[in-house]
Amino acid sequence: MCLAIPGKIVEIAEGQNEVGVVEVTGVRRKVQLGLLSEDMPVKGDWVLIHVGFAMSKISEWDAAEQMRLLALLGEVDQAMEEVRGYGGEETRSETSGVSQAWPRLNH
Amino acid sequence: MRYVDEFRDPGLITKASEEIGRLVDPARHYRIMEVCGGHTHAIYRFGLKDILPQNLELIHGPGCPVCVLPMGRIDDGLTIAREPNRIFAAFGDMMRVPGAKGSPLEHKARGVDVRIVYSPADALEIARKNPDKEVMFFAIGFETTAPSTALTLMSAKKQGIQNFSVFCNHVTIVPAIRAILDSPDMRLDGFIGPGHVSTVIGCRPYEWIAKSEGKPVVTSGFEPLDLLQSIVMLLKQLNAREAKVENQYKRVVPWEGNRAALNAMAEVFELRPYFEWRGLGFISQSALRIRDTYSAWDAERRYSVPETRVADPKSAQCGEVLKGVLKPAQCKLFGKECTPEHPIGALMVSSEGSCAAYYNYEHRKSLVTTISAVA
Amino acid sequence: MSHGAGGKASRRLVEGLFAPLLLSGASDRLSDAAHIEIGGATVAFTTDSFVVRPLCFPGGSIGELAVNGTVNDLAVSGAKAHSMVVTFVLEEGLASAVLEREVRAMSETLKRAGLTMVGGDTKVVERGKADGMYITTAGIGTPIPGVHVDARTVRPGDKVILSGPIGDHGITILLARAELDLEADLSSDTRSVLPMIEAMAAEAAPGIRWMRDPTRGGLATSLNELARDCGLSVELNEEEIPIRDAVRGACEILGLDPLHIANEGQFVTIVAPEFADIALNAIQLTDGGEEARIIGEIRKEPANTVVVNTRYGGRRIVDMLVGDPLPRIC
Repeated sequence: MCLAIPGKIVEIAEGQNEVGVVEVTGVRRKVQLGLLSEDMPVKGDWVLIHVGFAMSKISEWDAAEQMRLLALLGEVDQAMEEVRGYGGEETRSETSGVSQAWPRLNH
Repeated sequence: MRYVDEFRDPGLITKASEEIGRLVDPARHYRIMEVCGGHTHAIYRFGLKDILPQNLELIHGPGCPVCVLPMGRIDDGLTIAREPNRIFAAFGDMMRVPGAKGSPLEHKARGVDVRIVYSPADALEIARKNPDKEVMFFAIGFETTAPSTALTLMSAKKQGIQNFSVFCNHVTIVPAIRAILDSPDMRLDGFIGPGHVSTVIGCRPYEWIAKSEGKPVVTSGFEPLDLLQSIVMLLKQLNAREAKVENQYKRVVPWEGNRAALNAMAEVFELRPYFEWRGLGFISQSALRIRDTYSAWDAERRYSVPETRVADPKSAQCGEVLKGVLKPAQCKLFGKECTPEHPIGALMVSSEGSCAAYYNYEHRKSLVTTISAVA
Repeated sequence: MSHGAGGKASRRLVEGLFAPLLLSGASDRLSDAAHIEIGGATVAFTTDSFVVRPLCFPGGSIGELAVNGTVNDLAVSGAKAHSMVVTFVLEEGLASAVLEREVRAMSETLKRAGLTMVGGDTKVVERGKADGMYITTAGIGTPIPGVHVDARTVRPGDKVILSGPIGDHGITILLARAELDLEADLSSDTRSVLPMIEAMAAEAAPGIRWMRDPTRGGLATSLNELARDCGLSVELNEEEIPIRDAVRGACEILGLDPLHIANEGQFVTIVAPEFADIALNAIQLTDGGEEARIIGEIRKEPANTVVVNTRYGGRRIVDMLVGDPLPRIC
């Protein structure tokens, strides 16, 4: 359920700060900001839009962190293989507060 | 498109699918349910099944608010709409859903004023612009959509717009997941958790699945990389025999949810003691109704509602497909009496219903290999 | 109503009712235009009707659609439009300024497209009917030398060439109706595709197997019709299909598929592989054809089906449009 799209706030209505205009690759639409009243977005912020309402602010930091984790996929395994090859040991690591045990290498 | 294209990067998708290949135990058959209809749609749209290993099966869950709406509710809504000077406003998703006397679009063809809206706020605007008509917004959706309906009702009250009402069919996701887990025919290893519902309710409501049922849950975004990364996270938990709730969709889902949205819902709605779900039967505390303080805007109180109960045709197996017990193609009516052009059940109408997704994206591929992989 | 949207229901209406009763001999196949023999000469003949709301929108109006649409129907059948006739069905109370604007627009479009209007008719119907104005046309033209289009000549290995970005027209209309409160810098792509087709024919005529202008129902519907007519598979590569950002954005927001959205200034063609690059080049060198692309290929299997390869090894099947494209929130 729930088609929701990231869009950039390009305008906040004068006087009614609970309404703005959001833009998605050149398409603009009025957006209701009332659900973000505890942490109002400002012009330039990216928000997730669903049925004309902003649901959440998009965290650039978290998005970048996710991309970083994705880029590391596979490389950790390869690094582990190398370390093993030198007689090294398995290590544990914390990434963004979610602890992950390195996967058992099946091969 | 920013925050979209990056999560469709082909190079990273290959990496993620290779990682999945490394993580799966070839001796094991994994059954993972994606609860949310939007995830079902994404899986088909991006052809993700083609890049997942054969022994990793994705089961489609009941998270499609159109699919679980009993036909009687549509009939009730349309009964109200048929009176003079009424405007029936609903999302595009509802327009082709068959009621006993036809779908909203068919009613439109017969002269009923039926309008497609993108937002409940647009429906309120129609009411403002048409003071001599009564506008009824037929509200559907899980907790993702309910807060927007809530804010719209609050707006209607604040602005004193009297010619507006809501026919509320909002449902909540956790009872549906419970019903799935309680079902004796179900064997699942883990869940791809709802993405956008979680922006409202957060991740805590799923903790009982991990703690009491011992199944991992990863709340996931909707782009290919989101889904693949969620599967990686699930497999890592399963391989380590862990069961906890993890949040893959961190860039928009706050662990604690959206308090303003939850407050708006609490202000306007309360839980119904029970509600009928298509295919799942009556589930207690699973749906929302409008509070007394907003009763003037509650279509069910403003108008007399027949409370029609319409049973699904006996041959339709919507319930079993909804619960993931049957694959769409295994329903006797699939592709014959029931097609996107002549849908019998809502799973074929809604673009995220598993039957529609299957029909539109997959059914002409060989069925034999898909079904035999399950055995 | 869904019968007019261009997809499955339309096709059933035409195939199930009109064709058996109305078509004969020369036209045992359904195509955009018929090529018929009259007194030793071959003449191409087509008809079309134009219903659009609003009448006027960014990039054009109903009058321009009517002229370009007629020219294009003839062009994709392999003919150069020579002249046309038009019927206006007008709603009582239509402002004369509106009618005048359309007639002017048609006059300019005729000049640009290089054909003449040689006759017409007008009817007025009561208020509440005709959405302001309906236009019907009939067009006549001469075959482009060397071009013979027939779905039955399509073979595995043939290439699929698209003239330019899809979705512009349909999304422009949707936005112009203002019901969904979206704004974008988009306009209808209505134009004559004849210059591109003539340029292609000049270089690659023997290789052109089939052409279509993907109007209502979009590219997916046209290609599904082809797949069924030739009994083969049309395989498209998603990343080769040109789509403007604003169209993509609107489709993402509304949950629509660009492949099902109407176009009024594009054509899709199937060309033999040895002619494909020459054909593409000829189109790209024509004014307005710069964004043409080879977007896919014909294969033997799966028969009667259009398949899209997603960017990363996934595949999905694309069907004809069912009903009108409806926005969704789920």
